[in-house]
Amino acid sequence: MSTLSRRNFIKLSSLTGAALTLGFYSHGKETTIVKADTAESLGIDLNAWISIDTSGKVTITNHRAEMGQGSFQSVPQIIAEELEVDLNAVNIVFAQGNNAKYGSQITGGSSTIRGSYKKLLNLSATAREMLIEAAANKWKVPHSECYAENGHVIHKPSGKKFHYGELVQEASKLTPPKHVKLKLPEEYKIIRKPVPRQDTPLKTNGKAIFGMDKRLPGMLYAVVERNPRFQGKVKSFDDTETKKVPGVKHVIPVKTSVFATFREGVAVVADSLWAAMQGRKVLKVEWDDTGFEHLDTEQLYTRMNESLTKPGLSIRTQGNAKGVFEKSDNKLEAVYETPYESHSCMEPVNCTAHYHDDMVEIWGPIQGPDWVQDFLSPLLNLPKEKIVVNMTFLGGGFGRKAFMDYPHEAAIISKEVKAPVQVVWTREDDTTQGPFRPGMVYGCKGSLSKDGNITSYALHTAGQNMDHQWLNANKEAYNNSGSEGFLETYFRSIPNYDFSDSPLDVPIPVMWWRSVYASTNAFAMESFMDELALKAGKDPLAFRRQHLHDERYHALADKLEEVSGWKNRKKNEGYGIAITECFSTIVGEVVKVSKKSDGKIKIDKVWAVMDCGWYVNPDIIRQQVEGSIVMGLGAAITHATHFKDGKAVEQNFNTYKQPRIIDTPEIEVHIMDNEEKAGGVGEPSLPPFAPALTNAIFDLTGKRVRKLPFSLDTV
Amino acid sequence: MAALTLKINNKNYTVEADPKMPLLWVIRDIVGLTGTKYGCGIAQCGACTVHLDGVPMRSCSLPVSAVGNKSVTTIEGLSEDNSHPVQQAWITEQVPQCGYCQSGQIMAATALLKKTPLPTDKDIDTAMQGHICRCGTYPRIRKAIKTASTLMTQKASN
Repeated sequence: MSTLSRRNFIKLSSLTGAALTLGFYSHGKETTIVKADTAESLGIDLNAWISIDTSGKVTITNHRAEMGQGSFQSVPQIIAEELEVDLNAVNIVFAQGNNAKYGSQITGGSSTIRGSYKKLLNLSATAREMLIEAAANKWKVPHSECYAENGHVIHKPSGKKFHYGELVQEASKLTPPKHVKLKLPEEYKIIRKPVPRQDTPLKTNGKAIFGMDKRLPGMLYAVVERNPRFQGKVKSFDDTETKKVPGVKHVIPVKTSVFATFREGVAVVADSLWAAMQGRKVLKVEWDDTGFEHLDTEQLYTRMNESLTKPGLSIRTQGNAKGVFEKSDNKLEAVYETPYESHSCMEPVNCTAHYHDDMVEIWGPIQGPDWVQDFLSPLLNLPKEKIVVNMTFLGGGFGRKAFMDYPHEAAIISKEVKAPVQVVWTREDDTTQGPFRPGMVYGCKGSLSKDGNITSYALHTAGQNMDHQWLNANKEAYNNSGSEGFLETYFRSIPNYDFSDSPLDVPIPVMWWRSVYASTNAFAMESFMDELALKAGKDPLAFRRQHLHDERYHALADKLEEVSGWKNRKKNEGYGIAITECFSTIVGEVVKVSKKSDGKIKIDKVWAVMDCGWYVNPDIIRQQVEGSIVMGLGAAITHATHFKDGKAVEQNFNTYKQPRIIDTPEIEVHIMDNEEKAGGVGEPSLPPFAPALTNAIFDLTGKRVRKLPFSLDTV
Repeated sequence: MAALTLKINNKNYTVEADPKMPLLWVIRDIVGLTGTKYGCGIAQCGACTVHLDGVPMRSCSLPVSAVGNKSVTTIEGLSEDNSHPVQQAWITEQVPQCGYCQSGQIMAATALLKKTPLPTDKDIDTAMQGHICRCGTYPRIRKAIKTASTLMTQKASN
């Protein structure tokens, strides 16, 4: 993937009138669309931009990371639609980190499209209108007699046409119009179509460059022996044998920032990755592990369970849930547990850095290039513009690659050895060092009226709070994202509710994991809804419908009921349902299970219905839903991270077992068609899977699973 | 260190390497073909799969000295222009998401189809179960192998 300097590109092309370049200029809450030369002369920085050159080629920056979720395709698809160009004429360049120019670049919270689609539509429609205006001026005809199509402006009455490339010089002299008319969804030609991804061919012949594929002249490779306990220090090390390994060049201590704490280790730097790995094997390090707790999984969960007996921080309350629950004679209590998880992206964490001349250049699989700049600037004592962050393709991200520890590590090693360095985390490093998804415990209490309506609902969470890890964090404050996936769905129909949280303060680093808190919250929420439905003597889907508060939810429940054949379930089949909203998208899933001849449970099929409002590419949505369900399947039945004596137990895929093709059921995806505000796509289908599965198992067997992961063979 | 001659994608390479170095690192870091990926280093995930005389092998766990005269094929050797029917099928079915594991998946699928041109669902699950995809592209891998099988049988009958 080529990267080019935005500034040089604009200077070369736009100032000479050889291109029409437009971008956003953000000032306060306002966003104005301006031309590159205007921006240059005013000394202002343009945000995400598009440029059309004299050959008609369109270049756009993709300011977000491509980690499998398809932004590489969906961003150009939006632009090509309003610009009226062939998608194949659009050249995509990954932006470097710079949030002053592009706004937040963090690829997380399923935000790429929902955060910027309106701006992108406006930007491309503005360029189109300027090209039409330029043609109308040249022909001396009214603008209204002209239209744009497939990279040309056409004069309707005469049939005359100009190629965009012939118009850029004229168009670049015009002032961008303040208001442009956007297409109606029924006029879309590219948006809403399952257009193939442009990155696919690069990923079927080995040409896509991921972080680990980056090569620089004179580049050295490093692996780091890090303290297996999360806040341990290096007491001393003996590199005598390491230095005897051919190819090993340097052995140096490294100290990397991890939230408010540090990770210490010893880096082995060599002329090949293999040599560095061999050197590390014979390195002797003595650790200083005093001053923090060496915890086991059992201790963590005992503490979380104990904290449920004391009042927690209040997240949201209405009415008097406690009072109503105590007085009720039709009530239910349950506790659910979810495990710690490693992200385990297929491309292990790695980063390439070259520190030279009081600056550092970084290349890597990075979800938030601007976050890396913000984080490293004080740590390296460099101004942000001296930290150049380049995104490669990401071999998975899932939240792990939004954390900035590994670019920090690469930068300090490169600075120390005065050479470009690629730091590679082995699979074992990647699986054991975190940050992890936090394990959670949920205490649920609910009461019902005689006619089966929920009269009170209390949900008390215990687990680590990601926001509490930062220096000077307010540990009394509740992190709003902690309630992702359970506040939206039903609470408006419940008169008395109480959501509270008891944060667990332990030295294990935790970080977003695909769908973040919703990935575990939904398990408690939607399992308990099922238990309440049973207690009320109602059908689980009907009980949910009764507590869903608006038309959008009802339409989704109807669709799910219809496609899954919910009402026509056969005797030997178990059906389970779950509905979750997160990142402004609602997803409902139905799982069907049955028993194999040996009596063990098998998953026959999953139906998923997603309502993400306005959307771009239905096939990318299907990919994301299928992938989220498989990842949810892993967290439900195949893997979990445990701790013993302060260290992660599972180290590689032999013990941190992944779902495989043989474990994967048939998945049928449906997308709701409406013009609601765009919601996220990459994450929201993960949360409902686990509860839909365990609800189906209950339906089949009468056994309630309240703790993840569990085995399908022994349930 | 030893000088070894390797035949990779029908081209001979003479490399200086520790005979114990796994083939994966020779291919990636010495020969410079980065399409073959490191996933686990212990033959658990299949990201590093290459062919040795047409047979799929985990290159992360194969010392380079064990390759001998056998011919190595990597993803780059399948075809650079995506003209191989398995690559075509992968594009048709839009299999890759992040794409990191797909080189290995494609090499495994190619070997399967060579041995079993008309694989059943069970053949596919059995042949592909050694390959992890964290993006969960498994449903599309199943479809793409069927599509490739059709493409290859059509080609053979033409």
